[in-house]
Amino acid sequence: MEISAVKLAVCVKRVPDMDVRFRIGADNVSVDEAGLKFDLNDFDAWAVEAALQLKDKNAGSEVTVISLGPDIVQETIRKGLSMGADRGVHLKADKVPFDGFAVASALAAELKSGGYDLILFGKMSPDSSNGVVGQMVAEMLQLPCVSAISSLEIASGKGTAKRELEGAQEIVEFPLPAVLTVDEGLNTARLPSLKGIMAAKKKPLESKPAQLPQPQLTVTRLELPPERQAGRIIGEGAAAVPELVKLLQTEAKVL
Amino acid sequence: MANVFAFVETRGSEVRKVGLEAVTAARMLADKTGGGEVHALLLGPPGISAKAQQLGQHGADVVIVVENPALANYNPEAATATAAERIKSGGYRAAVFSTSAQGRDLAPRVAARLGVSVVTDVLSFDIQGQNIVVRHPMNIGKVIATISMSGTPAIIAMRPNVIAPAQNPKAGRIENAQPAADPASTRVKVLETKQGSRDKLDLAEAPVVVAGGRGLKAAENFKLVEDLASAFGNAAVGATRAVTDDGWRPHADQIGQTGRLVSPELYVAVGISGAVQHLAGMRTSKTIVAINKDKDAPIFKVADYGIVGDVFEVVPALTDAVREAKKHH
Repeated sequence: MEISAVKLAVCVKRVPDMDVRFRIGADNVSVDEAGLKFDLNDFDAWAVEAALQLKDKNAGSEVTVISLGPDIVQETIRKGLSMGADRGVHLKADKVPFDGFAVASALAAELKSGGYDLILFGKMSPDSSNGVVGQMVAEMLQLPCVSAISSLEIASGKGTAKRELEGAQEIVEFPLPAVLTVDEGLNTARLPSLKGIMAAKKKPLESKPAQLPQPQLTVTRLELPPERQAGRIIGEGAAAVPELVKLLQTEAKVL
Repeated sequence: MANVFAFVETRGSEVRKVGLEAVTAARMLADKTGGGEVHALLLGPPGISAKAQQLGQHGADVVIVVENPALANYNPEAATATAAERIKSGGYRAAVFSTSAQGRDLAPRVAARLGVSVVTDVLSFDIQGQNIVVRHPMNIGKVIATISMSGTPAIIAMRPNVIAPAQNPKAGRIENAQPAADPASTRVKVLETKQGSRDKLDLAEAPVVVAGGRGLKAAENFKLVEDLASAFGNAAVGATRAVTDDGWRPHADQIGQTGRLVSPELYVAVGISGAVQHLAGMRTSKTIVAINKDKDAPIFKVADYGIVGDVFEVVPALTDAVREAKKHH
């Protein structure tokens, strides 16, 4: 395989751990962050891993980790650096807007002149659950885009990737530069080593204001969904099957 | 009064159910704004225009038909260019897409070209003053956000299965058009397509989902789940993350936080304990049935009907009973 250095960017987000019961803040438009644990979004960690694997295979490659948000997101960028990325860019903003178009605009402004061969995103973040930023950046930069990939190879200035569509799996080929969004199954993200954590402290991390446009989306209210009524255990073993079928026919009316 | 655009997803020469849902949603939005027209964009292989009448039945005043042999499968670049151009020239108040795998790819691309925002996975919508207001699940469905959209057009992608395709006959007048980008010369090229069976229902659209977890003990035992799904006849098969991580099923079948989100009429969980990550993908199902040998499994907290027992005993019995019940219908 031809070895050639590639310039890679990975856009990442700091997100709360989802395995909790969320509370709505006093303003009714934000989640109460007290007690929440934050980390690098899983999908973004797989995107960082994909970039690092390409760097490992292609000597001289460089991986830049980019994140938009308040100063605290520098921690998330440092995590990417401790995994092995080379440098970080922090696009400073008071908060991360829900509006994916605004976020994509700020990222595209930063990425535009970076000369990247490949720009990677996680396919979505669980907090906003909107999954639009990567594809939007691709369009803004007029770059080819493959979303939700679950395999990736780069050789001779071209990439191939696998993506899932309803009822089909596609293997696609794309020219570089390109934008990719990463699905689960692409890889398993490495954990930062102690050496990596120490090295990350000395790696360059540039902070500059994010060029966010006026948002077009405003969250006007957050609420917790109604709790699902705990159901009933209708019986044990195969003996309960007739009762279940009857309930599905007469009560749930789904059979 | 304002016109509303709908993107109709196709698969081969068929209109997908989410396509009818998009037209229905667009009709509802147009009616809420005082009775504008619905213009549905139908991309597909030659002959797809035969489906225009069906879209008219669901409320499309105009069906923009773009036929091309290279549009038999989803073609992101041609679809993006064609939809963006039509929306721009049509002066629509809103454009409705679907939050399917295609729609997740397409809707943000079209929005970016138009310089507007997009909300995906929309649960419901309304008009308040000048703005379209939508509800959207955040934090893997543990929080529901109400979002006001000030951009024009407002681009929304509906969650599958939240709006039932409704009859609301309109003219469905066909307007033939050309793709705005050549579907045969795209930058991203499909080298190979591994087609699932055409009649296989998609997880996000199936009225019934039967899903299996670790309780099945081995990949080959998924036959039990498949048999139950085929007894229902209108069911798709899903799996938990543990199962797809172990390679028993493809990743595409995974239901959960990092996989697919489903809201079927009926969800049957077979040998699934009910981890938070799994519940995130299915808790909005209308009726949930759980079969698990552990009576304390968290899945029973969200299940409407639970059976405690050995899946190897209960599931074949349920399969027979469902087959019998379907026979008498």
